[in-house]
Amino acid sequence: MADIQTLNTVAAGIDPVADRMSGPQGARPRRALSRRNIFLYGTLILVAAYYLVPLYVMIVTSLKGMPEIRLGNIFSPPVEITFEPWVKAWATACTGLNCDGLSRGFWNSVQITVPSVIFSIAVASVNGYALANWRFKGADTFFTILIVGAFIPYQVMIYPIVILLREIGLYGSLWGLVIVHSIFGMPILTLLFRNYFSSVPEELFKAARVDGAGFWRIYFVIMLPMALPIFVVAIILQITGIWNDFLFGVIYTKPDTYPMTVQLNNIVNSVQGVKEYNVNMAATILTGLVPLAVYFVSGKLFVRGIAAGAVKG
Amino acid sequence: MSTSGNAQRRPSQLFRNLNAKVASIPMILTALLVFLGGTVWTIVYSFTNSKLLPRLKFVGLDQYERLWSAPRWLTSIENLLVYGVLSLIFSLVIGFVLAALLDQKIRFEGVFRTIFLYPFALSFVVTGLTWQWILNPDFGVQNIVRAMGWESFTFNPLYDQDIVIYGILIAGLWQGTGLIMCLMLAGLRGIDEDIWKAARVDGIPMWKTYLFIVIPMMRPVFITTLVIIASGIVRLYDLVVAQTSGGPGGASEVPAKYVYDYMFLAQNLGQGFAASTMMLLSVAIIVVPWAYLEFGGHKRG
Repeated sequence: MADIQTLNTVAAGIDPVADRMSGPQGARPRRALSRRNIFLYGTLILVAAYYLVPLYVMIVTSLKGMPEIRLGNIFSPPVEITFEPWVKAWATACTGLNCDGLSRGFWNSVQITVPSVIFSIAVASVNGYALANWRFKGADTFFTILIVGAFIPYQVMIYPIVILLREIGLYGSLWGLVIVHSIFGMPILTLLFRNYFSSVPEELFKAARVDGAGFWRIYFVIMLPMALPIFVVAIILQITGIWNDFLFGVIYTKPDTYPMTVQLNNIVNSVQGVKEYNVNMAATILTGLVPLAVYFVSGKLFVRGIAAGAVKG
Repeated sequence: MSTSGNAQRRPSQLFRNLNAKVASIPMILTALLVFLGGTVWTIVYSFTNSKLLPRLKFVGLDQYERLWSAPRWLTSIENLLVYGVLSLIFSLVIGFVLAALLDQKIRFEGVFRTIFLYPFALSFVVTGLTWQWILNPDFGVQNIVRAMGWESFTFNPLYDQDIVIYGILIAGLWQGTGLIMCLMLAGLRGIDEDIWKAARVDGIPMWKTYLFIVIPMMRPVFITTLVIIASGIVRLYDLVVAQTSGGPGGASEVPAKYVYDYMFLAQNLGQGFAASTMMLLSVAIIVVPWAYLEFGGHKRG
């Protein structure tokens, strides 16, 4: 397809400096310290530092004692490392009258996130599949409403959902929140799955149809195994999304069942008592730990998935 | 509207694709009952004087008049506009530039990408609290620059009414640009190498190739990206609550917070409904024509 010569031209075409030095082209060995590279890596490293600073500040703050925080600056590494703030944030930090730390919020969040992720993805994947391969009359209308619905500010639908949940007796319960997460995750997930299933060659689907496979059979035997990467992506998106949710947690749960984010905010932004910045930062990291872990473990898939879902748009 | 002509002229229309229809019930319910029904319900009740409980006692446009004469609401709108426009521009520009930089066949691409994207995995609450700490005037950036000798240095966005929204913008961009970069990068990777070759042969400078060839080719990516950014902007809530709680003196209020406060704290439902309807209206003016062009006008090709 492409011989060495053209490949070299392409490589040169990527090089902005080569534009100005319209000298000999082709297989010029690239120097490590060209102006282009200094500019390129310099910019990237600076930006990367900017992105990393907050994480660094959080970590060092959480490892200092309060006297040291009052004296020093937030960027200096801790002189005396202490894990006390972490213990306190997890086990004894107070929100209102409860003084059992973030651990309660953590377990609440686990109980909320797991069923929400499973339920929302199960529903949305079947939806996307139906939309991509079994287009019935009116399907596009519903899909359009769904996608437009993704733009409707949550605030418009919050209260009707309160009423709906109250009607079916789920208001304030765990399952109520699961339903809410499934509803609001549906547009983006359905879009993700629909786009993915649309990219599956239609011949495959038709061949299965000719062989007599029905809706569910094609879904479970052909589509599902093929869509595993996109499922992983959906799981990643949903875990982070639902774990990080704040608004729905505040509205649809009670103080006893507040998710971690809500509890964190209550701990840090409570007006009473002396501000313990180290405990606050430890609590903040603890809350961010789950999505961060998910992100770092799944790194490549996370990125690949976003790409797959987005580009077809 | 579209292609529903010849293919579907068969008997037993209703039972064709029955399984698909059954499987789509959750979507249909969500679309009709929650999205459509809920929206209509809220709009209808925004014309009532509901206080603690929704009541169908209509008062015309009273709630809206009260809304638009409330200074707090006006501040909220202004904040949202400033935040929205700036975050749209900066997200797109920063995201695209970062993606273009990463697309130069550099080393450690994965490392850079991981670093740029990790804030996106965090909760807005976490982001807000982190930046609250960094921007803390007594301990954070301002204090450090002063300690280095620049005594009069003032950078105190979270306690300055005039610039507090920029303090929130900094945090918002820190969290969100990584995602935009990823979307853009995926778009750039989708561009055929031949395009670059052709541009190179024609002697078109790189920036021109990006501006006039690559970016127009990435139209779908840009649309997706716009969709994502825009829907994020209107929802701006958690970040503000965590970072400033709407302060100082209500200077960083946003519409979403107004709605929540009136619905669930002030127990003035009608006012909350009116405010949320206004949010919807502003979104609708932008989105409905676009959605129609994108999804309604023609079939996906």
